[in-house]
Amino acid sequence: MKHRLLRWLLPVCILLAGFICWEIAVRVADTPRWMLPPPSAILRSFRDDRALLLANARVTLLEVVLGFAYALVAGVLTGMAIASSRLLERAIYPIVIASQTIPMVALAPLLLIWFGYGLTPKIIVTALVCFFPIAVSTVDGLRAVDRETLQMMRTFGAGPWMRFRLVSVPAALPSLFSGIRIAITFSVIGAVFGELVGASEGLGYLMQRAAAQFQTARVFAALFILAGMGVGLFALATLAERLLLPWRRFLIEDRENEE
Amino acid sequence: MHTSTRSYPAPGTPPALSLESVSATYRDRGETLLALDNVTLSIAPTEIVALVGPSGSGKSTLLDIVSGLFPESSGSVRIEGEQLALEQRLGHSAYMRQRDLLLPWRTALENAVLALDASGAKRKPSREFARQKFEDFGLAGFEDVYPAQLSGGMRQRVAFLRTILAGHSLLLLDEPFGALDALNRVSMQNWLTSYWQRDRHPVLLVTHDVDEAVFLADRVLVLSARPGTITHEEEISLPRPRHRNLIASPEYSRHRARLLAALGLIDEVAAS
Repeated sequence: MKHRLLRWLLPVCILLAGFICWEIAVRVADTPRWMLPPPSAILRSFRDDRALLLANARVTLLEVVLGFAYALVAGVLTGMAIASSRLLERAIYPIVIASQTIPMVALAPLLLIWFGYGLTPKIIVTALVCFFPIAVSTVDGLRAVDRETLQMMRTFGAGPWMRFRLVSVPAALPSLFSGIRIAITFSVIGAVFGELVGASEGLGYLMQRAAAQFQTARVFAALFILAGMGVGLFALATLAERLLLPWRRFLIEDRENEE
Repeated sequence: MHTSTRSYPAPGTPPALSLESVSATYRDRGETLLALDNVTLSIAPTEIVALVGPSGSGKSTLLDIVSGLFPESSGSVRIEGEQLALEQRLGHSAYMRQRDLLLPWRTALENAVLALDASGAKRKPSREFARQKFEDFGLAGFEDVYPAQLSGGMRQRVAFLRTILAGHSLLLLDEPFGALDALNRVSMQNWLTSYWQRDRHPVLLVTHDVDEAVFLADRVLVLSARPGTITHEEEISLPRPRHRNLIASPEYSRHRARLLAALGLIDEVAAS
């Protein structure tokens, strides 16, 4: 318990110390506000622009959640297809990998042309960014399933569906969760990127507009909300993993005891 | 080649397992190799038969064939008198391997009922049934514990309980205690004989430990190096229930010496 508290306290203290240094440095050097506002100005922006920030954060969060959800479904299904047969692996895997080499910068304007300024292109960019780690981690998880265990299931008279449900799925979940954690940190970046290319709402759009007007404190406020969103979603994924895979704790504890 | 000619307790009861002229081949880098050559054996309904042999003698292949995982190239396999094709043999015997293969995400109790879950049995009754068995297996109090929290010996007992709960009479044990340290192995062997004394299953035990074979089995078959074929059969005359003290008896030493000689590990001993 003490251990866990310390784990949280340490980064929080470092962040706080950083903010204090920042505040002092800006005041001492007398940097213009539009260039680098002190943390106190950013805090003020949080208070004054509350409604504006909240409304735009809601839009971005919606893009992130929907994009991630689509990626989860598509990624897991694709991963399952790739892991299920050599033929499908040869057919699909190269395409999945090649799709990752297409730069988002080039794709986003196209999506804008096809789907306009609404939510759809942002959701697609987010989903594309999240898709790859989820698909790959699903493939890896399913491939790592112990062959001997599957044979044992066959001697129990278990058919393919039972083997999949009782062994493959739970065995692949830890790997899938690793992919989910990576995807979730990418998801916020994806949504903001989609907004920067062309949008009429969202935190990315707000940042762009505020920057153009040199309202730098507001840019920072939006930035911090985005960071908080990423951290919050990551924590949520970790919490879900802990609840769904309670047995993992013991493996991790064992490892820590050995160290 | 030896053919087993044991008389069975009740005449007319078919042997729990009988193999007739079973051969098996496998492919290795384009070459076809003979793993088992013309193996014939049979196990009576309450008999423990041990199969000893050097590594690569096809002992495990034999168990894979009986359990339905690996195809024989010729010969026939009968379980309880019924000749069964490869796929049909799946789910007709309880197969336990050296690795405990416990699923880390299932508690001890949930691991024990894995075979029942796999067969689509109702969850609650099978768990209640398994719970009652935990005492017998020296696992009382560990029902809801994950495998990572269990010792090697306990994990192996959970694996054995899972094998028993699969509900098949014929047990195929492939080096079941091979992963345990020497002391744990001996205590598991002691425990297994006393368990078997109450609940007599036909057992085919694969091991490369001659002491384990003599102490546990009614009959020991020696398999030669590849291609595996039965070169020696040793009827173990030690009384049951078996006690560890028996290892000091002259019969025990005689059996042991004859088996080691058959394996080519010591010089031929004079038949006494």
